[in-house]
Amino acid sequence: MSTQQKTGFNPRFLWKLLSLVVVFGAWELAGRKPISIAFPTFSATAVAFFRMIADGTLLTAFGVTLQPLGVGILIIGTSGILFGILMGLYRTFEWFTLPVFIIVQSAPMAALIPLITFLYGIGFAAKVLAVVLMAAPVIVLNSYKGIRNASPTLIQMSKSFLSNRSQQIFKIIIPDASGLIFAGLRLGIASGFVGIVLAELLITPTGIGDLITYYRALALYPQMFASIVAIVVFATVVVSALQWLEALLFRRERSAA
Amino acid sequence: MQNSSIIEIKGLKKTYAGGVEALANIDLKIPQGELTTLLGPSGCGKTTLLKIIAGLLDQTEGEVLIKGERIKGPGPERAFVFQDFALMPWATVIRNVAFGLELRGVSKKERYEIARRYIDEVGLTGFDKAYPHELSGGMRQRVGLARALAVDAEILLMDEPFASVDEQTRRKFQEDLLNLLKIEKKTVVFVTHSIEEAVYVSDQVVLLSPRPSKVMRIVDTRLDGEENVEDIRRDRKYLDVVEDLWQILKQYLI
Repeated sequence: MSTQQKTGFNPRFLWKLLSLVVVFGAWELAGRKPISIAFPTFSATAVAFFRMIADGTLLTAFGVTLQPLGVGILIIGTSGILFGILMGLYRTFEWFTLPVFIIVQSAPMAALIPLITFLYGIGFAAKVLAVVLMAAPVIVLNSYKGIRNASPTLIQMSKSFLSNRSQQIFKIIIPDASGLIFAGLRLGIASGFVGIVLAELLITPTGIGDLITYYRALALYPQMFASIVAIVVFATVVVSALQWLEALLFRRERSAA
Repeated sequence: MQNSSIIEIKGLKKTYAGGVEALANIDLKIPQGELTTLLGPSGCGKTTLLKIIAGLLDQTEGEVLIKGERIKGPGPERAFVFQDFALMPWATVIRNVAFGLELRGVSKKERYEIARRYIDEVGLTGFDKAYPHELSGGMRQRVGLARALAVDAEILLMDEPFASVDEQTRRKFQEDLLNLLKIEKKTVVFVTHSIEEAVYVSDQVVLLSPRPSKVMRIVDTRLDGEENVEDIRRDRKYLDVVEDLWQILKQYLI
């Protein structure tokens, strides 16, 4: 029996905790050395962090940042997956659209973000577009790959039992592709976070980007670091939660792991 | 052959894109209600031939007639058992077994009832709700077999069905298959490259030449008094036939 089964307590959790302690400890020590006045200690950052939660600064900032992020992900999540699926299923569609995405996948999309202002100015739409641009390649291409790599044996099996094309698509191809599609969505959301932060730093400061810029301008480094940590932690939590949710709902075949 | 031919293959040729000639000229009659094995050296095209009969591959020339009619693809009278099981990993055993019926639009209640019967028949009682990843290789193949049986096709096409399981399970499967076929009266076309397996399970063995294949010989492997499937492996005739076939096939191993 594993330790978990014997004691009901998972020792892996302890290791994760320990690694966090090591990192925070190192940070604290490094902060006390005169590396740079811009580098606060872990404790100063932590204090600033909790103070900013308590007085609502972080909450308000997140409220602003998350809106274009949410809208952008909703748009590109649904349309991107659909687009990728169509690319995977229909050769002509793939032929037209794949080259664009291959270029876009390799290119540093972040470089295009300042160009967005020419299209959409500096408002909400511009930020949504930044999220969409950053998330689109990985979402579309993963869905495309998932469909393209759907098991030929399973498709052949379904044909041997007299499936029609629609049954092949919905009962075999899409379920088989769902792993890659979800992976693409998770990576897309992570890229979406990058997009919104870049937009807030490069286009016009609102939300978290505003906090980072503001505290930097005032040389309030613990608060600046705390803002950065906040968005990093938040993004991690969201993506991990998605992974957990996906495992719960769809990946029962891997639950043995 | 006592029975009429349910499958007739005439002048079948198959060349793959890229120029590989798998089947040179196959003329064959498969008798109804019996188990016929396609045996031959590795790569000789036996699986190709089986998939053409199944309607999963197109031939280059020639025709396959089932009960006198040219086939145009897969059909309800044929069910295929795959070498690598081909189970949907995201579906439970019972959904996998009922899949052929699901594609035909049979109601869930009805098809699950039918599926349960065949799950019992292949010895997987109680595993309805399990997922393929929770099963051993042998159990997964039983699911594949149950799925093929559940659609109640007259012809079972089995592509090296026991190749992916261990030797001991394989021997048990061969015995189980014979016992099962006593209950389910089907025509079976079986592909293997194990000589012992071919002679053990079959009523006749069709020997195929190396690529590009022709039918080299058809050997009757019906064993008298085979009431007890366990005794076959020590039957005199069984051992002789195995040895004869080996001598023929040996020549093609360079």
